[in-house]
Amino acid sequence: MSSTHSALQHHFDTLDQQREASTFGMWCFLVTEIMFFGGLFTAYVVYRLRYQAAFEAASNSLLTWAGAVNTAVLICSSLTMALAIRSAQLDRRKAIVWFLLVTMLLGATFLGIKAFEYTTEFREHHYPGPSFHFDAPPADPNPHHAEMFFAIYFCMTGLHAAHMLIGLGLLSSLLAPAWKGRYTPEWHNPLECIGLYWHFVDIVWIFLLPLLYLFGAHGTK
Amino acid sequence: MPEHVSSFKSYVGTWAALMALTGVTVWVGYQDLGIANDVVALAIAVAKALLVILLFMHVKESSRLTKLTVAAGFFWLAILIGITLTDYLSRPAVDKLRAVPAAVVPASSRLEQPNGESARPNPVLPHR
Repeated sequence: MSSTHSALQHHFDTLDQQREASTFGMWCFLVTEIMFFGGLFTAYVVYRLRYQAAFEAASNSLLTWAGAVNTAVLICSSLTMALAIRSAQLDRRKAIVWFLLVTMLLGATFLGIKAFEYTTEFREHHYPGPSFHFDAPPADPNPHHAEMFFAIYFCMTGLHAAHMLIGLGLLSSLLAPAWKGRYTPEWHNPLECIGLYWHFVDIVWIFLLPLLYLFGAHGTK
Repeated sequence: MPEHVSSFKSYVGTWAALMALTGVTVWVGYQDLGIANDVVALAIAVAKALLVILLFMHVKESSRLTKLTVAAGFFWLAILIGITLTDYLSRPAVDKLRAVPAAVVPASSRLEQPNGESARPNPVLPHR
């Protein structure tokens, strides 16, 4: 009986109402996240309009394969996240834990590839600052214009990576309750809300791939 | 409203579509299509985002309140980027207006500075 479920809080009439409220609340938070990343996307659009040639050359220097592989990794992790929630809906306790673990493993893989990319870029002095170095294209010889691309690149991918780290922390908090059988077909709101967060972070990356990596990919390396 | 349980097949199908679209967008990225590169890349990104939002995030089966919340979020993002661009993209036209000889434009509607630098290039967004 849903009216006597231990997870039902006193200010809700039914578990359905409680789930509806938590989904709505999570989406309200995600809307603020859209605007959070939106400011950076706007900065990207404005500066790219101004420094088109430098941005293309800087984008061309990124490791396109790493961005593409990471996209695939995140899409796979979104699938396993969705399947973890489906397992809760079908009352498959162990499957929830396994799918969560695979999701976390894929998230860690993403961060590993990202760390490799950052290492490469730092070695080449592509991070903005006093020791920044970039062979500027003849079309736009001012290296500070490419530096602006890298400033936006590190801000956007860095903020995204921070979200991945927070996501991994949130996912790990689900493991023990899932193992203990806390998430059932009647109630698994934490799983659903953290799932929404995880998919949102995936969507941000779906836009970062073409904007940061692909638009300069067809140039000469 | 009772919770909807999607089939395993539909999740794997969504995943396969997302992987295929990723392959297509990377391949197109290596072709030089001019402005079409951006159009195709953004169209594919929007299609992928819609798949994730509607099917993985279950917005397709969600209440109208949730749907409205999601739509409002992206509408606000469009305002942020769209209205910012009306400024930056219209600056060359405003600069041209500034360059019109003083006699043609009535004094009351001139955009020139008091020191007479009427054709001064825009310091924020120069012509490309």
